[in-house]
Amino acid sequence: MSSLIPIKQVDFGGQQMANYRDVLSSKEIVAIEHECSLYESRPAAAIDALQIVQRERRWVSDESLYAIANMLGMSATELEGIATFYNLIYRHPVGVHVIHLCDSISCWLNDYQIIANHLCKTLNIEFGQTTADGKITLLPNVCLGCCDKAPALMLDGELLENLDIEAIDSLVQRLRGGKNG
Amino acid sequence: MDKPLSAFLDLNNPQNVVAYQSTGGYEGFNNALKMQPQEVQQQVSDAKLKGRGGAGFMTGMKWSFVPMGEDAPKNKYLVCNADEMEPGTFKDRWLMEGAPHLLIEGMMIAAYAIGASVAYVFLRGEYRLCTTRLQQAIDEAQAAGLLGTNIKGSQYSLKIHLHTSAGRYICGEETALINALEGKRANPRAKPPFPQVVGLFGRPTIVNNCETLCNLPSILKNGVDWYTQLSDGADTGSKIFGISGRVKNAGLWELPMGTSARQILALAGGMQDGLTLRGWLPGGASTDFLMPEHLDTPMEYDAIAKAGSRMGTGLMIALDNEHCPVGMILNLLKFFAQESCGWCTPCRDGLPWAVEILNRIEAGQGKQDDLDVLQQLCGFMWIGKTFCALAPGAVEPLRSGIKYFEDDFQQHIDHKGCRHRH
Repeated sequence: MSSLIPIKQVDFGGQQMANYRDVLSSKEIVAIEHECSLYESRPAAAIDALQIVQRERRWVSDESLYAIANMLGMSATELEGIATFYNLIYRHPVGVHVIHLCDSISCWLNDYQIIANHLCKTLNIEFGQTTADGKITLLPNVCLGCCDKAPALMLDGELLENLDIEAIDSLVQRLRGGKNG
Repeated sequence: MDKPLSAFLDLNNPQNVVAYQSTGGYEGFNNALKMQPQEVQQQVSDAKLKGRGGAGFMTGMKWSFVPMGEDAPKNKYLVCNADEMEPGTFKDRWLMEGAPHLLIEGMMIAAYAIGASVAYVFLRGEYRLCTTRLQQAIDEAQAAGLLGTNIKGSQYSLKIHLHTSAGRYICGEETALINALEGKRANPRAKPPFPQVVGLFGRPTIVNNCETLCNLPSILKNGVDWYTQLSDGADTGSKIFGISGRVKNAGLWELPMGTSARQILALAGGMQDGLTLRGWLPGGASTDFLMPEHLDTPMEYDAIAKAGSRMGTGLMIALDNEHCPVGMILNLLKFFAQESCGWCTPCRDGLPWAVEILNRIEAGQGKQDDLDVLQQLCGFMWIGKTFCALAPGAVEPLRSGIKYFEDDFQQHIDHKGCRHRH
């Protein structure tokens, strides 16, 4: 069911670093340069740069990673150590929409597992996978800070709270039928 | 009671700079600007403000370690820790979404008090609405001449930048946060040197929690006596308290320090119909379980410590009788195992080991000596054995859970399974 495209093993040894200007768009470069100007050192903009590129391309490919490292004057290994450290940086391709379902304690106490099982069944995927049509990726997330409105999920950065089966059904229907989806 | 944190808080339509000023906003900062930085530090020390991020360290004392005066390093930093990721905690999001200028003013006061010319908000990546509202508040303050060079004709200049993180619990640990801001992998740093002396980019740095900073405007505006009288208890001021779990109306309230846990549960309308309270965590996932008989304990740092737990973030989590305590502890420990940065061995290997054992017990495959191993692990991951407070935090609900819910653990082992529906 998964349409995750297997990515090649990252080779940090021999690969020649491309000039970032050949890979990143001018829009991305301007935004990253602005972030660099806010810190004492260029590598400090690493997490901002990864997020800027991800906003434009949905995920961070090896090529993008090399380019950002080159632009910030750091090694690709170092940047990979940061990129893979965070829950919200995608080093695999993701669907058009990304659902992060909270699995922490307040959602657990409000039976988020029912929502989780229903999502997996409806979408016909497991957590960490993308639907065959490439539209929806399902990921778990630690506490989203919606504990008074549990269970909760984050859809493309937007919080959806007080979830029940009906809310999930209409959400999935919307994502499948929507003109952007 | 006065509610300096939430009186003008509006989640739907937060005050802009003009509205905020019309209700007394930025008066605290104006007062600070007329004082010497050390006088501001003294006032906050006198107000006995304690850090609201979880550790409860005296804010004024934390500031007092920053080198001041002519010979002090020129570049110093203030960082707002808004990386709220403690499970069960949602107070900083509320403050930032509903009263963004309160935080900006608090940061301005703190930055002035330590002589910082640049400040960062280290914001949780998932908090998108906070990102928009804080950036707008910063831009408004800048346009109104409250931020920038020579603020209000003084010698003082300050810039505030927003840094959005990308989701990792350890970034809330102040030295890991500093590494993250520098673009490094967010492992904690060895102390000493302490960040107050050698912090961000090697400069003196103060990291204060979002709610802590939100307390500053009213202290500077209304004075020490007014602030200390907000509460009758041992700790001063007011605090955002709250509760989640299967209570009738989970939520948040600004209450005097020292309000009892029972009162907070009552504000939530009590447990949902048909449920009883089996236990509760006082302030997030990394605090020890307390029991129903502890509900009259005042929510203040020493009293909660005396009862055997920590006040933490002050956001309670209620365990009901339909949910399995072993299952709850398993959920908590899974979180900590996943969020361990992997830097030191006890945490990196001990937490997954505990999760494996708890998984086995919950699935009805537990052995009698599993409980001994869990107890041992609590010792291996306790304070002094690990690099930072993450693993000891994880140990708190585990060790207290084994103590208070021993019968439940034993039943799982004896009857090879969990009797709870959930």
